[in-house]
Amino acid sequence: MTTSFRLPDLGEGVHEAEILSIPVTEGQSVEEGDIILEVETDKAAVEIPSPCTGVIESIKVGSGDMARVGDVLIIFREKGGGEAEELQQGKAEPVGTAEKRPGAATKKTVVPASPSTRKMARELGVDLHEVHATGSHGLVTADDVRRHAGAEGKAAEPSEPPVAEQSAAGNKDSASPAISIDIPPLPDFSQWGEIERRPFRSIRRKTANRMAASWAQIPHVNCQDVADITRLEEFRQRHKKDIEEAGGRLTMTVFAMKSVAAALKNYPQFNASLDMENQQIIIKKYYHIGIAVDTEHGLMVPVIRDVDRKSIKEISIELREAILRARERSNSREEMAGGAFTITNAGAIGGGFFSAIINHPEVAILGLGQGRKQPAVVRNSHAREEIVPRLLMPVVLCFDHRVADGADAIRFQRLIIDALEDPDELLITMT
Amino acid sequence: MVMGDMEMKVDLAVIGAGPGGYAAAFRAADLGLDVALVDPRKRPGGVCLHEGCIPSKTCLSLAELIEDAGRAKKMGVHFGQPRIDIDGIRAWKNSVIDTMASGLAGLCRGRGIQWITASARFVDASTLQLDSGEVRRIRFKRSIIASGSTPIPFPGTSFSSGGCIMSSGEALALRDIPGRLLVVGGGYVGLELGFVYSALGSDVHLVEVENRLLPAVDADLVAPLQHRLEAMFARIDLGAKILGLEERQESVAVSLECDGRQHDEQFDRVLVAMGRKAAISELGLENTGVETDGRGRIMVDDRQRTTEENILAAGDVCGDIMLAHTAMRQGRVAAEVVAGQSSSYDVRAVPAVVYTDPQIAWCGLTEARAREQNMAVKIVKYPWKYSGRARSMGAEDGLTKLVTDPASGRILGAGICGRDAEGLITEAVLAIEMGALAEDLALSLHPHPTLSETMGESAEIFLGSPTHLLPKKGP
Repeated sequence: MTTSFRLPDLGEGVHEAEILSIPVTEGQSVEEGDIILEVETDKAAVEIPSPCTGVIESIKVGSGDMARVGDVLIIFREKGGGEAEELQQGKAEPVGTAEKRPGAATKKTVVPASPSTRKMARELGVDLHEVHATGSHGLVTADDVRRHAGAEGKAAEPSEPPVAEQSAAGNKDSASPAISIDIPPLPDFSQWGEIERRPFRSIRRKTANRMAASWAQIPHVNCQDVADITRLEEFRQRHKKDIEEAGGRLTMTVFAMKSVAAALKNYPQFNASLDMENQQIIIKKYYHIGIAVDTEHGLMVPVIRDVDRKSIKEISIELREAILRARERSNSREEMAGGAFTITNAGAIGGGFFSAIINHPEVAILGLGQGRKQPAVVRNSHAREEIVPRLLMPVVLCFDHRVADGADAIRFQRLIIDALEDPDELLITMT
Repeated sequence: MVMGDMEMKVDLAVIGAGPGGYAAAFRAADLGLDVALVDPRKRPGGVCLHEGCIPSKTCLSLAELIEDAGRAKKMGVHFGQPRIDIDGIRAWKNSVIDTMASGLAGLCRGRGIQWITASARFVDASTLQLDSGEVRRIRFKRSIIASGSTPIPFPGTSFSSGGCIMSSGEALALRDIPGRLLVVGGGYVGLELGFVYSALGSDVHLVEVENRLLPAVDADLVAPLQHRLEAMFARIDLGAKILGLEERQESVAVSLECDGRQHDEQFDRVLVAMGRKAAISELGLENTGVETDGRGRIMVDDRQRTTEENILAAGDVCGDIMLAHTAMRQGRVAAEVVAGQSSSYDVRAVPAVVYTDPQIAWCGLTEARAREQNMAVKIVKYPWKYSGRARSMGAEDGLTKLVTDPASGRILGAGICGRDAEGLITEAVLAIEMGALAEDLALSLHPHPTLSETMGESAEIFLGSPTHLLPKKGP
């Protein structure tokens, strides 16, 4: 008897996933629990174990395909091993034939589009699977193909419709986002030298869409300051080893998380989301903080929950583990969701001041630069000013001016900096 | 240069002038190529025109007329017994072929295509040798093979004109009307020609090795036709085998096995309709890099290119589905590819029609295939007994069904059994190619009363509220 394996529900809001790899082949016997597929949703890569013991009768997807929840991915034959060979032999001939066929297309799901649209896609060299469909139930229209061909490499446009919808709903900014900008088609760059075309998908595409949406929607204000972390760094050096032994990593990010959680309690408007549809500001009473992690696959933001209720040590351990998982792409979907505020620390790589983009629907993001020894004017014990070397770290806060104002932002940022400059204060404000 | 030794140089040599070949030649000429079209027949049209689609449909129209006249009795109109003048029918059929062939020849001339009556054989991947006529060699830049297919004979027998064991081509020559005709094969050719000969007065006995007629078609679509044919034919034996055929003087001795029992019978004629195979044996493909698959068909990609760079193929010679309209599309695609366009054989709904009465037509995904592939589909069916138009023409034994995506209602396939299915199916073809939803079909007005309403109402069933049926309760 055959069983078809469909793409399961991978968590809230995930409708589709990209097939990253298929470690099994048709005719292969698998045990229940063996990994049969690796798929990737917008931010997490997931390994899918076999739901049963049997033989892979056929594989309905190829790597690189987008599969929707409920799509049949693999068909199993649940029987003894003897039949496996028979199946394999049965398959061998047509598979071989298909491979021999010059230029035979790999089997993909059928994208609904009219014949004339498909013809246009062929002529423009557009793969219908990559086109953002605006027609009913995923129908790709001629305009979609044209737009895709014109905008290849440009990220913004898929996120524009929601903006337009929001403005139509009575947004005070209603006039500006509705303006459509005609972006001229790209020139043929190869006329000026060698080029390479790389796929624009998966995390890269998702990041592009989210950043463009955020930038288009949120009036960003960027506040820049420095924190004197000389004392904090001494504190960090003193306790680094203990934390390491406990399995954690004591970084500036950990301290920033604690100070942000404390500051958010005082300024809840930065722990918020804007509900345009209902014309309300949603204030969150939890302190889940996302940390931007640079991985070889792209930017990932695992979320550490209830930062206010955890110790420096607990956070150090939890964050280290989350970062390791992000680098292996093994974060669960749930772990990537639910953040209320994001911290991005460019310091480890050597960054200075920068302007960050808010992780919509959050309303603020804190950026940290590299702490560098710099001459600073301080008052010595005799109340005399002198110039001494201090460790100064750039601290940037970007916030949504629709939800908060500059004065509060400066106060909020000041609170964070004060905590970072005074480890004793930081530790006291901790519960 | 000596006569008979002439060499011709062309951009494109098209081998075979059936629908695949002539469509390729015409399209290529329209795109500005210098084209030669080579075929052993005197005029274009191939099997389709000369001994296939066109003559069979000519005969089927008459058969349907005869059947309708008989059926009118119960509606209060009485015709006398028809007098069948086989010479007259043959002449009528030939005149239809003749008119169409002249038309195609005229289209060839009008486009400046060089027509050559000859059999062509590859000498190498750029040269064809011809077996007759002034021109003996064609040197080409590109070639499209559209040599078609030939009927598969019963093992140990062969077809010959005037013989008692006939292929579809010989059956359509209408030499005479046999008293007892055995039809071997319950595919569409066997059913159509069995229908013709039965209407013309033969006792038709049909044998099919599978347990059902038209094995590729969903069983519910075949049922009304089977019901009808059981009444018309002398016998239909399913799951039965022919063990041997022996041609005698004006008869055939047949050894049959039905229901596990073996017996011998005499028939005046036997029609062997066991399928067709690609016609490649005379092409000299061994002199080129063109490869064939395990079933002897030329392998092509979706742009009709073979494994030899400058040679393409179209139609039965490379097709999974041996249909004139797929051949024509493939021919056009091949011509466009030769002309440097980005064309591809990108068809989502291949329609097929069985021209019996009732007709069967289907396109796109069949229910059986969806089940085989474990695809989630929603099937909706509208029985014609609820259609006013079907009732008014006494054609209530019909069925329209749609195979849809359960979530969106997108039309994935359709099947119709009933009168004029050939015309009705095209709406579904357009729906599938356009990516239409059941809702689109339901909201498109269908004139009342027509059989086309059965398509609109099927779509309404998907939406849960058909006008002329009670909606199903529950989800």
